Amino acid sequence: MSTWLRNNRLAALAALAFVLVTASIALVFFYAPVDEDGLNQKIFYFHVGIALTAYACFAWGGWKALLVLWKGDQDADLESYVAIHQGVIFGALTLVTGSIWARYRWGHWWEWHEDQLVLFLVLFLFYAAYFMLRFSVPAGPRRSNLSAVYALFGVALVPVSILAIRLSERFIHPVAFDKGGPNMAGSQFFTFCVSLAAMLSLAATLYHVELAGKRIDVRLRELREALQ
Amino acid sequence: MSVEEKYVAAAYLVIFAVVLAYVVIIALKLQRLERELSELAELARVKQEERRAVAVG
Repeated sequence: MSTWLRNNRLAALAALAFVLVTASIALVFFYAPVDEDGLNQKIFYFHVGIALTAYACFAWGGWKALLVLWKGDQDADLESYVAIHQGVIFGALTLVTGSIWARYRWGHWWEWHEDQLVLFLVLFLFYAAYFMLRFSVPAGPRRSNLSAVYALFGVALVPVSILAIRLSERFIHPVAFDKGGPNMAGSQFFTFCVSLAAMLSLAATLYHVELAGKRIDVRLRELREALQ
Repeated sequence: MSVEEKYVAAAYLVIFAVVLAYVVIIALKLQRLERELSELAELARVKQEERRAVAVG
């Protein structure tokens, strides 16, 4: 079994993601109670899970970027790039699902005076600009180093974005977690944890699939150069 | 379907659509990689035949 797992890690991860996503959808719609916010609150389970997954992807991209600068690991550059790409995809999903929730709850798609929203948008745009920087420089150590420095600057924005809702004196964004723990019933918290695990495993699967594709791409290019 | 249900459905459909689009992009990329691999295999075969012809000649 362990040999099979070692040889089929990606397939096992994909299966885990499938099981967790299916379980979380079932829990959201058939187990978690509808609270005073109404049915619209069911967006929360995936919206917050996706937002935290985006932060995790940016943090992972930052860690890999640190390895590029610290140990000169060029393979970590590709890993950092793919992690940030995943972070931007999950970041875009956070903004879209949050806007759909806000349209129903607040009557607006966006609130410019809401620190949490604006800071997340700043973080998202910062990382979206990462690709402009990366593809404006020819491939090589210079591009790896520039991308790594930029990715590390972005990581500093992650705790600011998470803490914004707590530091802000005036906010309307709901607070799911405070000093006293989760602001929800046990069944809701369990559903949220499963949803978060589902999003993290989905992101990990997509990360490894994309990374495998990029590595094959690089090796094919090297092979073409060797043959010609 | 109530307005509230429509918003919840829209949020989950967006997530599903994005993941599906991602899978389609990866599938297209795999097709391209497969095509490139076939081209390289053909190139390697031609080179091998050339080397064999030089060795025989």
